[in-house]
Amino acid sequence: MADTLTGAAHDATAVPEFPMPRQSRCPFDPPPALKELQSEGPLVKVRLWDGSESWLVTRYAEQRALLGDPRVSADTDRPGYPTKASAEAGEGKLSFIMMDDPEHARQRRMVTAPFAVKKIEALRPKVQKIVDGLIDDLLAGPKPVDLVDAFALPIPSLVICELLGVPYEDHDLFQENTKTMVRTTATPEERGAATREMAGYLAGQIGKRITEPQDDMLSGIAARITAGELTHQQATEMALLLLIAGHETTANMIALGTLALLHHPDQLKLLRETDDPKLVASAVEELLRYLHITHLGRRRAVTEDIEIAGQVIKAGEGIIMANEIGNRDPEVFDDPDRLDLTRDARRHVAFGFGIHQCLGQPLARMELQVVYGTLYKRIPTLKAAVPLDDVRFKTDAFIYGVHELPVSW
Amino acid sequence: MKVELEADKCVASGQCVLVAMDVFDQDDDGIAILLKQEIGDDLLDDVKEAVAVCPAAAIRLVEQ
Repeated sequence: MADTLTGAAHDATAVPEFPMPRQSRCPFDPPPALKELQSEGPLVKVRLWDGSESWLVTRYAEQRALLGDPRVSADTDRPGYPTKASAEAGEGKLSFIMMDDPEHARQRRMVTAPFAVKKIEALRPKVQKIVDGLIDDLLAGPKPVDLVDAFALPIPSLVICELLGVPYEDHDLFQENTKTMVRTTATPEERGAATREMAGYLAGQIGKRITEPQDDMLSGIAARITAGELTHQQATEMALLLLIAGHETTANMIALGTLALLHHPDQLKLLRETDDPKLVASAVEELLRYLHITHLGRRRAVTEDIEIAGQVIKAGEGIIMANEIGNRDPEVFDDPDRLDLTRDARRHVAFGFGIHQCLGQPLARMELQVVYGTLYKRIPTLKAAVPLDDVRFKTDAFIYGVHELPVSW
Repeated sequence: MKVELEADKCVASGQCVLVAMDVFDQDDDGIAILLKQEIGDDLLDDVKEAVAVCPAAAIRLVEQ
């Protein structure tokens, strides 16, 4: 430990800060400085917002190996766990994504059933109807219009509300609070207040279902309380995780993906002209790979010494898997900085890897397939209503995307 | 070739079903199940892909 401290102090000036700024002219690419680190080696030390140091894992192979290693912990209370911002330090648990096995597996398995591939496939017609209805509204309304507000956010929000059983009429409450919860510049007080309001709301919804169960996920979660398998607080945290994860990520993929396509007209043309669901599915994988919206890395604490890539990561040290550059690793993807909807990008790590890999990925995939396969066909002249320089990117949020996207046609 | 699945490790990501629907399915909880234990060359590439994308490393191919 003494060696580590001395070494850290000695190298203090050489340790780069993470995260790094993106280049404003290439808002779809990871920060250039981050890509340079990848060429330096698979593991480099970086300095975080609070002055602490952590290992940054830059290469795809090492990222997958570590995310699949039982000696790495997702428990934010572990020594060395690298927090993303002051707002995140000290907050309550966000259910099983912040737990290790066996408790992680026990709780995660309580909510896996509705996300099975065939059950999600059965939802496709309903999602298609939602998407078509929102496009009808767009076409009938004024332009330019903000695609985030009028289209990208309502789709996943409507779908996750339906799955969970949360009334969509309350969307202002959870969308506003979610915005605060995912903003890196929120103070711990702001974040705490937003979390409490959301948790209070969901605890109430779950409470209602203990006495009057319905055919929805919240009722399933409520039944676990009755069965003594979850406390009311654990159930609330689980619902909170599903609600936030269910709409924030997909909404950003819809808007940012559309903006990226508008700036790659040859690729957009492929989607506009195809009737092949395989090409649409491949486009979804490639956009997930290329955009990689979880841009602050997947973070873990190491619980036992791990030797990897000629380096020993010590117990009590933090590791950050920079999956956005893992997805641009030239060892795995040819010409990785090129957006190519026809490539096979399925091995990307946009949903993470290991036991915490995104539970909702079949849902996210299906929603994005419906959106990317419909929007540009139904509005073939869709265009950005502002220059790229005027678009506000979410560099200040845990999930990358755009704050607004004015579009016209 | 023989396919082996450790259901205890499965995290219900459904990736195997997406790439090799003839070999894998999911039970009522989303946990992977094997439809075929022995596969021929026609399904080999799909199963290799399933092994590669399984986040929990729960699938193995064994030479018989």
